[in-house]
Amino acid sequence: MTVALSIVVDGIAYGMILFMISVGLSVTMGLMRIVNLAHGGFAMLGGACAHVLTMRYGVPFVPALAASVIAVIVIAIPLERLVYRHIYRFSELEQVLATIGIVFVMIATVNLFLGSTLLPIRMPPEVSIPINLGFKVLPLHRLIVIVVGLLMVTGLYLLVERTRFGIFLRAAVDNQNTAASLGIDTPKVYLAAFALGAGLAAVGGILGAELLPIEAYYPLRYMVLFLIVVTVGGMGSIVGSFIAALGLGILDTAGRYLLPDVGTIFFFLAIIALLALRPNGLLVRPS
Amino acid sequence: MKRLCAGLLATAIATFALGGAALAETIKVGVIATFSGPNAIWGKQFKEAIQVYVAQHGNEVNGNTIEFIYKDVGGPNPDASKAAAQELLIRDGVKYLAGFDFTPNALAVAPLINQAKVPAIIFNAATSAINKQSKYFVRTSFTLWQVAVPAAQWAAKNGAKKVVTAVSDYNPGIDAETAFGSAFEQQGGTIVEKIRMPLQTNDFAPFMQRIKNSGADTVFAFLPAGPATFAFTKAYSENGLKEAGIGFIGTGETDETTIDSLGEQAVGLTTAYHYSDAHTSDLNRAFTAKLAELFPKSRANMASMGAYDGAHLIYKMIELAGTDGDKAIEAAKGLSWESPRGPVSIDPTSRHVVQNVYIRRVERDGGRLVNREFDLVKSVPDLGFDR
Repeated sequence: MTVALSIVVDGIAYGMILFMISVGLSVTMGLMRIVNLAHGGFAMLGGACAHVLTMRYGVPFVPALAASVIAVIVIAIPLERLVYRHIYRFSELEQVLATIGIVFVMIATVNLFLGSTLLPIRMPPEVSIPINLGFKVLPLHRLIVIVVGLLMVTGLYLLVERTRFGIFLRAAVDNQNTAASLGIDTPKVYLAAFALGAGLAAVGGILGAELLPIEAYYPLRYMVLFLIVVTVGGMGSIVGSFIAALGLGILDTAGRYLLPDVGTIFFFLAIIALLALRPNGLLVRPS
Repeated sequence: MKRLCAGLLATAIATFALGGAALAETIKVGVIATFSGPNAIWGKQFKEAIQVYVAQHGNEVNGNTIEFIYKDVGGPNPDASKAAAQELLIRDGVKYLAGFDFTPNALAVAPLINQAKVPAIIFNAATSAINKQSKYFVRTSFTLWQVAVPAAQWAAKNGAKKVVTAVSDYNPGIDAETAFGSAFEQQGGTIVEKIRMPLQTNDFAPFMQRIKNSGADTVFAFLPAGPATFAFTKAYSENGLKEAGIGFIGTGETDETTIDSLGEQAVGLTTAYHYSDAHTSDLNRAFTAKLAELFPKSRANMASMGAYDGAHLIYKMIELAGTDGDKAIEAAKGLSWESPRGPVSIDPTSRHVVQNVYIRRVERDGGRLVNREFDLVKSVPDLGFDR
């Protein structure tokens, strides 16, 4: 019983971090339909920025988080105007090549200025206090991540489903020409959505850094993880990504508790089985 | 004394054989390592340590100019390593090879150095079996057996009764598990559980729960330095293991190049290893001061020490045997000297460095974290060579 409870708690905590680091990708790749392999790059830039602010300049964590997210959005906007705007029209393979090229540029830039070692982010010491839940001990920051994750999924769901911007975005993605002829400023909608995706990537990179530490090769190291979450969740579905992240977190944790020697194989076999049964992901928006 | 005479004789013969022109020869040393990609830190540490050695000792030995040529192989890549060695031997005419961060990269050059009779000084690659592949290999780093066995002996002597081993599931991890386990059981301790953690593990919380449930009083951990160690030590300190009275003993997890990024969670971790940049000796202070002067952003670690002593060994071999590979290897056997890490010597059978293994604890020292030595196991050879 204790083991089952531990699996659920550790699994949800891990799953929530998986959701955090991939939610930005479920906006750019899931909603906007660009194979954005540079997603992890934005997360890394956010993390690197937070590292410099907290470690070198002693900025407290929360203002540093806000400043880093804004900095990433400021980088993302001209990038969208100058580069991504052309990438939207590419075929899928060309998108893969173009965005992986952007990743390499980002890696080389961070490597040049900050080196290839870990870039830790200083958090207030209170967040690593172990909280005793009776049957197990959990660090406070996991609880914070769980709460922030829940807020994020609710906020995004409302934004996409219940606001004018959400309607414009879905219309623009489904049929750009029709949307434009109805008076929707599609380039602006795309720009806003892309900036949102990059900003979310930065938030995820920084909050997830407790588990997936930031370093120059971060975007490549965890790329498979981001892609799995969005693919299993189903393209275009924020809630799908959320359920997928939690499910995968619990699955991976259960594997490590119960079958430690085959842990990783178990995880990937389960994903293969799932995608064989539901090739379009758990939740797919009917088009 | 006998060896010294033999060395002098060898030098005299070499000098005569090569004639007067040899006095002004340039002797090239090819350094094969990783200078790009995620593992570029290895090449950087090697190169900086060599430059420190040259800055301290000049670039001339017996009137010969020593020139280091660096070749990047981009990571664990035996084919690239072999190609680099070939190019260095044939095109550049190097008389010594050096470097080798990863085991496969060292193994790949064995047939080439056998054929060319060129000594290869291994600055890192820590698998015992490498030195059996060629009599031209000499190693100045360490092996897992060399540090894991003293770790077990020390733990047994200092109150550990029941240990759980938690290692990354790859060859070095399994080596560490076997070495620690066998030595600890020999000392009368019990290994209650052996946990192998997949290399791709991001969340170590489940393993922490198993370590707790195992009823052990100490966990012996082995993980590659970097993200895995970061996440493991974080999980160790945040899941209440310290509070539950479970001690930690490791080896190279608290490497100087990543230790500061581990932060507060690393303080108090105990490890058994052969080099700490906080080692208290004049030689080490001179070494780290020169490194800080030439490369203010860098910090010395075990890779720096492997390369620094490797450079020293190459200088010594050139001094004693010039460019004759066979004589140089003979000259290296049994050499002993005072290194910044402490007294070292080259074991004539395994051609591996015999050295002290220090027991250290992570402490805060001003603005940075250091591995503070507080105990040692003297003159440990490569305990894995005969396995």
